[in-house]
Amino acid sequence: MADPVNLSIDGRAVQAPAGTLLIDAAKTAGIEIPAFCYYEGLSLQAACRMCLVEIEKTPKLQASCTIPVGEGMIVRTDSPIVAAARKSMLEFLLANHPLDCPVCDKGGECELQDMVFRYGAGESRFTENKLHVDEKQWSPVVFFDAPRCILCYRCVRICNEGMGVGALGIVNRGVISEIAPNEGDHLNCDECGACIDICPVGALTSGTYRYQTRPWEMNHVGTICTHCSNGCKTTLGVRNDKIIRGNNRDRSGVNGEFLCIKGRYAFDFTENPERLQSPLMRINGKLEPVSWSRALLTVAQKFAEVKNRGGKFGVIGSNRTTNEENYYLQKFARQGLGTQNLDHHRSGDLTTLLDAISGKMAALATVSDLYKTKASLVIGADLAEQQPLLAFQLRANFRHHASHTYTVTNGPVRERKYAIASIVANPGEELKAVETLRDRLAKESELVILFGDAIKGDAVRKLVAFGDSLGIPVKYVCLVDYSNSRGAVDMGLVPGLLPGYRAAATSGLATHEMLAAPDLDVLWVVGANPLKNAKLALANAFVVVHEMFLTETAERADIVFPAASAYEKEGTVTNVTGEVQRLKKALKVMGTKSDLEIFGLIAKEMHLDLGPARHDAIFDEMRKTIRGYNVPLPVIATGGAAQTSPVNGRVPVESRPDLIQSARDTLFTSGSLGRYSKMLNSVLEHPAGLYESGVNTP
Amino acid sequence: MIYNEPSPLEVKVLTKRFLLENSASIDTYLATDGYKAFLKAREMTPDAIIAEVKISNLRGRGGAGFPTGMKWSFVPKNSPKPTYIVVNADESEPGTCKDRLLMENDPHQLLEGMLIAGLATNAHAGYIYIRGEYRYLIDIMDKAIAEAYAKGWLGNNIQDTGFDFECYTQTGAGAYECGEESALLESLEGKRGIPRIRPPFPAVAGAWQSPTVLNNVETFCAIPPIILDGGQKFADLGTPRNGGTKLVCISGHVNKPGVYELPLGFNLLRMINEVAGGMRGGKKLKAVIPGGSSCPLLKAEECDLPMDYDSLAKAKSMLGSGGLVIMDEDTDMVKAALRIMKFYAHESCGWCIPCREGTTWLKKMLTRFDEGRGQSSDINLIGELAKNMLGRTFCPLGDAAALPTISIVEKFREEFEAKLVVAAGSYSDENRFVQIA
Amino acid sequence: MTFSPELEAKFAKMVTIYPAGRQRSALIPLLLYAQDEVGALTQEVIDEIARRLGITPLQVDEVIGYYSMLHKKPQGKYHVQVCTNISCLLTGGEELYHHAARKLGLGHKQTAADGVFSLEEVECIGACSWAPAVQINYDFHHHVTPEKLDQLLDGLRKVQ
Repeated sequence: MADPVNLSIDGRAVQAPAGTLLIDAAKTAGIEIPAFCYYEGLSLQAACRMCLVEIEKTPKLQASCTIPVGEGMIVRTDSPIVAAARKSMLEFLLANHPLDCPVCDKGGECELQDMVFRYGAGESRFTENKLHVDEKQWSPVVFFDAPRCILCYRCVRICNEGMGVGALGIVNRGVISEIAPNEGDHLNCDECGACIDICPVGALTSGTYRYQTRPWEMNHVGTICTHCSNGCKTTLGVRNDKIIRGNNRDRSGVNGEFLCIKGRYAFDFTENPERLQSPLMRINGKLEPVSWSRALLTVAQKFAEVKNRGGKFGVIGSNRTTNEENYYLQKFARQGLGTQNLDHHRSGDLTTLLDAISGKMAALATVSDLYKTKASLVIGADLAEQQPLLAFQLRANFRHHASHTYTVTNGPVRERKYAIASIVANPGEELKAVETLRDRLAKESELVILFGDAIKGDAVRKLVAFGDSLGIPVKYVCLVDYSNSRGAVDMGLVPGLLPGYRAAATSGLATHEMLAAPDLDVLWVVGANPLKNAKLALANAFVVVHEMFLTETAERADIVFPAASAYEKEGTVTNVTGEVQRLKKALKVMGTKSDLEIFGLIAKEMHLDLGPARHDAIFDEMRKTIRGYNVPLPVIATGGAAQTSPVNGRVPVESRPDLIQSARDTLFTSGSLGRYSKMLNSVLEHPAGLYESGVNTP
Repeated sequence: MIYNEPSPLEVKVLTKRFLLENSASIDTYLATDGYKAFLKAREMTPDAIIAEVKISNLRGRGGAGFPTGMKWSFVPKNSPKPTYIVVNADESEPGTCKDRLLMENDPHQLLEGMLIAGLATNAHAGYIYIRGEYRYLIDIMDKAIAEAYAKGWLGNNIQDTGFDFECYTQTGAGAYECGEESALLESLEGKRGIPRIRPPFPAVAGAWQSPTVLNNVETFCAIPPIILDGGQKFADLGTPRNGGTKLVCISGHVNKPGVYELPLGFNLLRMINEVAGGMRGGKKLKAVIPGGSSCPLLKAEECDLPMDYDSLAKAKSMLGSGGLVIMDEDTDMVKAALRIMKFYAHESCGWCIPCREGTTWLKKMLTRFDEGRGQSSDINLIGELAKNMLGRTFCPLGDAAALPTISIVEKFREEFEAKLVVAAGSYSDENRFVQIA
Repeated sequence: MTFSPELEAKFAKMVTIYPAGRQRSALIPLLLYAQDEVGALTQEVIDEIARRLGITPLQVDEVIGYYSMLHKKPQGKYHVQVCTNISCLLTGGEELYHHAARKLGLGHKQTAADGVFSLEEVECIGACSWAPAVQINYDFHHHVTPEKLDQLLDGLRKVQ
């Protein structure tokens, strides 16, 4: 490490590593230098000229966003000339900017408004006609109001550099320069909304949020996105029990400010008119609304009756419910109902991976590892579509550290744009293709391997053996589908596996075996839709379903409990990389209850002693009994992420690779939830074509 | 072809072949010492070539006046990347029309200058970036390049010297900003002509991020005579630190506007009166733009001075590109200020706030003055806005717009006052908002 | 789409003159020459050039909007460009422009219905010492007076 550089900013002695930009050195020293176009992590622009500072022995003011610190540099950010320069920049900016803050969607959280408040130019000397261009809608998500745009190019850069999409550009020249979408009059892109969130002013606004509220009228609830397995933190803006927006401007969580369309906008399933808000009971062949007490009593009586006569239960859990709910459900099934017939939709072969890496320390990568690793290998997954945060991390790693990414996939993927090597392999031949990369991979100093459901069972063991043979540190990510897919396995929602991958005394039926069983008495489905593409063999089995919507499974139910979504409850979830994070309740939907509450009420009616059905009490129990879940409480309580290592030894149960199948959701689908998000369904164009065109061509 | 009669006061170094028959052909060139400088330079070390250029006191003819030898010495030696020669033939500074003549009448002199720069910096490829409007010059240069290839003055192993050099033309498509060297490089790479953040400078990371020697046409054209006749001889033509001759483009209210090659240090009043035939119609001189529209104006009484980089800097103006615009006593200075600002507003690339917004705001205000709708407070505001741009923009275009404006407002304030709305009730501070809305 | 054999040959050579992987550098020449041949930068031309250079149509659009000589709508067969910048202004350029506007019945950047003429008030075209100057397509005309301009335009109309 080179010696730190010593300089003086506003008379204060400041030390910074060589190469630090002046603006960052000042920030570290607690001195704010205002800027619009400078944005950490994106390419430098020096366009807005807000960050001009005085540097001794330099005749002109200098843009501190592009000047690295120099030894002995004497910098002033507080001199009258700097203050005058800032004020004049704001005056120039406001010349053609509409001065209608009271009705602007950005009012109250606008960087331009804040800057003018702090640095002056409150008085307008511009008395000429302002330029006007009409507002445009570019997609269901994105609206653009050109007169408000200050041309900081953040949106263009986040789209091109951050997302790897390049859907935004700049057309025209001079004062009529304008941000433009890739399809002339509309956007064909990921619709992630990153451009909107990064916009410092009210130029880019979102179709879901605009003109619905003032920012200060909302509660801001930081919770975890309930869609894919990446575990992004999303801060929900909630007013009167209605979610109005999602973003992550405080850059907390494993995702920083990254979110895809699902994390930002696909919360609208919570208010879908088809949302169930009352328990339903089959009366004379039809599902009719009934009271909670009647529904609960009916279920409890049925469960008790079947249990007492030694009947057969089948329990199917969810990969979106919380760890606490999953833990309680398996306890309910095993201890309360005495059944081992317990399963959920498994989308990645985590069990075999954990078994194969038995005895190795730190072989599971975290989300942040993907940003730091020198090399990565993606096998059998379209990362940008299916695991958007992980793809974002690899892309940022390449951009900032020139890391090497290798892909072995069945078709073209977006990672190919920057990958050092990309191989298209037929399904089933992925490992053969990986083998051809052996020499190159062995020359890397470290590697993270991410694999989808193409690699399962023996293939996982072979892959780990391959990793071992490279002679470099290798970490793995087993890609899974949903927000708590990982947690569902960790919590033992699998036949024969107890929480923490301990073997149960006996095994039970898997999902398809339950559905096919000729003697099933009760099927209890919590937050899953196994009957979407399958039939229940037995016509008179009693079916209990917890659901938000009348899915194919709910339609077959005898009792349907209206369940709360992840945004409506507390608890923890575990993401694809095994990082545990906390959900926070953002709203209450009338008539619904969380699955945990429903479990507790049924247990109470059945007089079962399964412990308190409270998320905090269960989490406490999990921490004590499940290896690896003894995560530091302060980290979880403050919204941080803690990685679990749920096992470090052989997993004594066969993983049934034949039952592992990813749903292959895209950026615009999300299992059952996606079907009830109007926003996701309104995006018609699909950006697959963007993979092939020349984004980022030098 | 030349478009005006030469003056007997000219010292013809770069333009010495202009009057020859078929002056653009390689045969004419070879018959008049053409490519001899290259052969001489081939016998010199790169350092010796650069030293000779330094001795000549040649300064960049595009406008900035940076010492050429020093610029070349910044090119890293033994770079792992190839080095490129790029010619700035994007002549667009209002008042300037000299590079046109150099390419039209003596294209091989430019090619030879590029070759010598290639020898000095170990470059083996050159690009001539010519503004799009000069299509006929692209044809002329392409023809000259083809001749040079045919006769072995370009290509592999030039004249058995073992030196290789490829040369190409590249067209612009209408953008003043592309005369700024880093914007030119962006344009050469097929992008919008937005200047680059510097450092790094083109000498280190220029075309395609490779080391690049980038000079104006006239600068390259001065190289063959410097090498052939020695840097000292060239230096002696001018004044100390301001070596050689300069092509000046005299336009405006004179009897014989034209392009003339004169030694640096030539007196400005003599240029007007003796070279350019004096003021048109016997009118009195009012003001001069000494080096293209980006330079602060000189009032008539400031014009008795030697035309070189240092003397004009002392007079708080610039020699710039050598475009002299002569204005007589009838010139409407508000209109002139407006026309200049209209140009910069049109050409601002829009990248940075002060230039993008400042030029347009000033254009709108000056339009109001020109139409007789000025307000007294606006006169100071014009100066203030221009000063708020000055030195704070991303590239020198902001300065180029601010400097002439500031000088006109300061030096001809009374003409702005004469354009104020004075009649009560017609237009006043009280109702201006209503009227404009 | 394909262009004329001459232009195709020119393009084929052009993409080879830049360092490897930098063929995007040919974008501006390709656009200008294609425009000269086709008459305007139609969406078809944009898509074709984007495809050839391996960039997105948006990246091409960004460039077109930046350069004042590139245009998406067709201009007249004779594009009359009158300079009114400072040197021309001092020598009657503005009057010349207004004269041309009256004579052609066209305003700034307008094209006549019959497609023969279009008019543009342009920035400095580099003919300052021989002002006022007019450029018709790529041809320069120096020391232009209203009378000389009339002759020029009338002559062109006859040729047409």
